[in-house]
Amino acid sequence: MTQWTKLLTLILIMTTIAAAAALSVPVIVREINLGIDLRGGVYVLLEAQTAEDGGEQTPGDGEAVAQEPLGWWQKVTAWFDGLFGGKEGQEAGGISADDMAATVAVLRNRVDSFGLTEPIIQREGERRIRIELATDPTKPEQSQREILETIGKTALLEFKDASGKTVLTGANLTVAQAVYQTDEFGRQVPMVSLEFDSKGAQIFAELTASHIGQQVPIYLDGEVISAPQVRTAITDGKAVITGIGSIDEAARLANLLRSGALPLEMVQLEVRTVGPTLGSDSLLKSLWAGLIGMGLVMLFMFAFYRLPGLIASFALLGYSVILLDVLVALKAVLTLPGIAGIILTVGMAVDANVIIFERLKEELKNGKTHRASMFAAFDKALSSILDGNITTLIVAAILYALGTGPIRGFAVTLSLGIICSMFTAIVVTRMMMNYLVDSNIVKNNWLLGVNR
Amino acid sequence: MDFIGKRRLWFIIALCIIALGCAFLIFRGLNFGIDFTGGTRLMLNLPGGFTTSQVRDVLSKVEATDASDRTVTLENSYIQKVIGAGGEEVVIRTVTLTEDERAKLLTAIAVEWPEFSEKDIRNVENVGPVVGGELLRNALLALLLASVGMVIYISFRFQLKFAVAAMAALLFDAFVVIAAFSVFKLELNSPFVASVLTIVGYSINDTIVIFDRIRENLKYNPGLKALPETVNLSINQSLRRSINTSLTTLLVVGVLLFAGGDTLKPFALPLFIGIISGTFSSIFLASPLWYVLKIRERKARA
Repeated sequence: MTQWTKLLTLILIMTTIAAAAALSVPVIVREINLGIDLRGGVYVLLEAQTAEDGGEQTPGDGEAVAQEPLGWWQKVTAWFDGLFGGKEGQEAGGISADDMAATVAVLRNRVDSFGLTEPIIQREGERRIRIELATDPTKPEQSQREILETIGKTALLEFKDASGKTVLTGANLTVAQAVYQTDEFGRQVPMVSLEFDSKGAQIFAELTASHIGQQVPIYLDGEVISAPQVRTAITDGKAVITGIGSIDEAARLANLLRSGALPLEMVQLEVRTVGPTLGSDSLLKSLWAGLIGMGLVMLFMFAFYRLPGLIASFALLGYSVILLDVLVALKAVLTLPGIAGIILTVGMAVDANVIIFERLKEELKNGKTHRASMFAAFDKALSSILDGNITTLIVAAILYALGTGPIRGFAVTLSLGIICSMFTAIVVTRMMMNYLVDSNIVKNNWLLGVNR
Repeated sequence: MDFIGKRRLWFIIALCIIALGCAFLIFRGLNFGIDFTGGTRLMLNLPGGFTTSQVRDVLSKVEATDASDRTVTLENSYIQKVIGAGGEEVVIRTVTLTEDERAKLLTAIAVEWPEFSEKDIRNVENVGPVVGGELLRNALLALLLASVGMVIYISFRFQLKFAVAAMAALLFDAFVVIAAFSVFKLELNSPFVASVLTIVGYSINDTIVIFDRIRENLKYNPGLKALPETVNLSINQSLRRSINTSLTTLLVVGVLLFAGGDTLKPFALPLFIGIISGTFSSIFLASPLWYVLKIRERKARA
């Protein structure tokens, strides 16, 4: 006799999954964090230079520090260094944690002036800083090139005396502003006006008093940016930097000086920028690939396993929604490799169901009842599903531990995908299969996937 | 189907594949991208179209300092046409450029293509040689640690012999994926590391399901006399599942491969090949290998 309440419950579960999927889509689209490879932006990995790296001799010219490419043997030894917790790259080398924290703070100040959403500026290891900035293509002030320039500068401002000795630095600045001022020829020109703190004002007064009639060059990162001639001693602690091309340039310089110089000299180890077109193009293509792929898998499952396949299709839909919701809840960042990971797990998610349904067919062929076959199928399939997925999880965990950036994103989605898929494939499918069998509507084995 | 009886045939096929892969690796080699070697990679839209030689002409006028501190022109850079959002776009791979050198290059481009502006810069990637070396080290370390982790787990849940056989099948798959990068002239970057490791995870999963069946059948059919039959039975019982799971996974990865464009291809192609290889190795290599190890043990005892 047909158990209508069981059948209705099954249909209700399916409707709930479909509704949850439909309702979740707008939330997921709105809330999910996209990596800069999908939304466009700037990624920079900086490393603090120590004295032995040649950092102190060439401030502000970090990228010119040439690194010999590693030979094979050196690569192998470096690898073993890493294996046994040795040095290689990440060694602190006399760089203090305070200096690193101060560097992060200065970079944050500089980046804040661009008005970016959720900038990421994080320390990585002993002497590295990772910066990830999503840029908005509709805002012209968020030019990726300008952002890179702003991050890249050490911004060490120096006033030197006649003997070339640095007497005053940007550390004593309290105000730096871009202004229009009248120059000696009566023209309105862009300048940066500076104000020193009391100690700085005192030093500046002494410097100007002893250099009347001479030039006092102003250096930025070792290069002369202005060399005004001193007419009288300046005692109020105010100065200007002239010879700036435009007011925008003045504003940028003022911002750099206000944020302060980087306490450490940083080298850009890795720079990646992604324009908005590439990001949205990749996102769109991978979304379509995911949807089409999922549709094909559902069709395949339905064609091959019939009613259980239909149930697995709904479980797969539920799986996708749960996984994306979990990613949103964990505030995980979705990257391109991450999407590839999700798409891969869609294919693998049905694996557990395939194992179960193949078992089901076997048990049915052995002449067992529908109910007995189903219990046996779930029971016997469990150990292989668990063992298979746990070994894959081991791989994902190691990828996460050793990987950086995009690889990590991939590992996160892969492991979350495996966990979520085990839940939906075992718990959700089983629940639905129970109602299906209990409803007694299935009269033959064909509907459960058995041929003849 | 008799998988155990014909095991020599499968081993020979596997050896042929390995030999072929080695030939490609030796004669064609691998195309290491900037993630491994360090360097600068730019993807640009050049308004009004371009030819590779036109781009090379522009590059030959730009100077930069290479890794050994010599001043070189960018003439020998790697130039590739790809299909991007704006139609045909260009990928240029050079030595590691400083910010100034990058600016010089972009200015030179803007001279040749006057409509070129910042919005035509699809992406710029700049990787120092130090980071590149670390990627290789971390990749090898990941592969080693993942293998150790899996051997421990499989030995614990099954037996050491299962672990050894599974590892052999898995190394075969990893090799096939690496060889595929040589065959298809794909650039090796961080997606390469991820795809090799994913295939490692996928293939082990595939193998475990069959081993689980062998373990189960051995419980009901102990003794070594019927061992070939037991293994054959186990593979045959899991065959439909192996094929169907591979098919569903290939369906999604296939869509990714054909609809995903050039950015997703470095992921999708090795995964596609690796899944096929993983299915082959778990059916035809892992279990017969385990069988060989098992009968050797019996001979040693006798």
